[in-house]
Amino acid sequence: MNELIDKLKGEIIEQLNLEDVKKEDIDNDAPLFGEGLGLDSIDALELIVLLEKNYGIKVANPADGKKIFQSIRTMAQYIQDNKK
Amino acid sequence: MSDVNYISAFCRISSGKVNVNHSIMFTGEQDEAPPAFIKSVYKHYQLNYPKFYKMDSLCQLGFIASELLLKDNKLTEKYNKEEIAIVISNGSSSLEIDTEHQQTISDKANYFPSPAVFVYTLPNILIGEIAIRNLIKGENTFFIFDKFDAQFTAQYINSLLNSGRAESCIAGWVDFYEGNYDAFLYTVEKTQGVIRAEHTAEQLLNIYK
Repeated sequence: MNELIDKLKGEIIEQLNLEDVKKEDIDNDAPLFGEGLGLDSIDALELIVLLEKNYGIKVANPADGKKIFQSIRTMAQYIQDNKK
Repeated sequence: MSDVNYISAFCRISSGKVNVNHSIMFTGEQDEAPPAFIKSVYKHYQLNYPKFYKMDSLCQLGFIASELLLKDNKLTEKYNKEEIAIVISNGSSSLEIDTEHQQTISDKANYFPSPAVFVYTLPNILIGEIAIRNLIKGENTFFIFDKFDAQFTAQYINSLLNSGRAESCIAGWVDFYEGNYDAFLYTVEKTQGVIRAEHTAEQLLNIYK
């Protein structure tokens, strides 16, 4: 799980162009949206694309996004549970 | 009320140099690629805007030019948000990012268009970025020309100010395509600023050489 979290942080930094952010700056349990990383709605769409592109996971129900993208840890957990 | 309007300040970013009101404020490293140069300017001035790195190169270029232009001529402190217009033009529209977007959709087997790229596939997004940053709500228009059309630009903006549709304007030319870049943004007001030039095509071409 820790390895996946570390990998995911790198992918998010790259995909979302978070040039001033380092992996160690991202708290595993901090909110991705609002506080924490302060991501916006376009970033949410990018995260959905990232899941599909890198892990083959389609988020079929947009309402699930709120839970999946709560934090890095919830996202990693979702990947671990649904990776094909 | 006089119908004379003035170019009150300007910022030009081209050929590795930042020129604000006829003073070279920053020079990039020799042979620095345009995206790296633009980021160098951003870091040099410590502009610190979280959305900067999410922007495409056209918006980054125009955003920096607007920041440096307005740094010492804060229109939002002199005018209501609705009284400030933004009129920008360029020659390449958003082709740089359009091409990047096209590459993400050209292979049906590897079809992953990026929403963050797609949102920049219109040149007037640059106007939106400047408006959001400065909370400007006035008239705005983005034109596409072969080259900077001083005659049209002067006439159009003077008309906006003289008809009362705006009291001031952020105007100019911001172009970025295939390694070529050029930003020339200036402010137009009814009173003179540090640049003592009437807002005419002739004066514009004197500054934009």
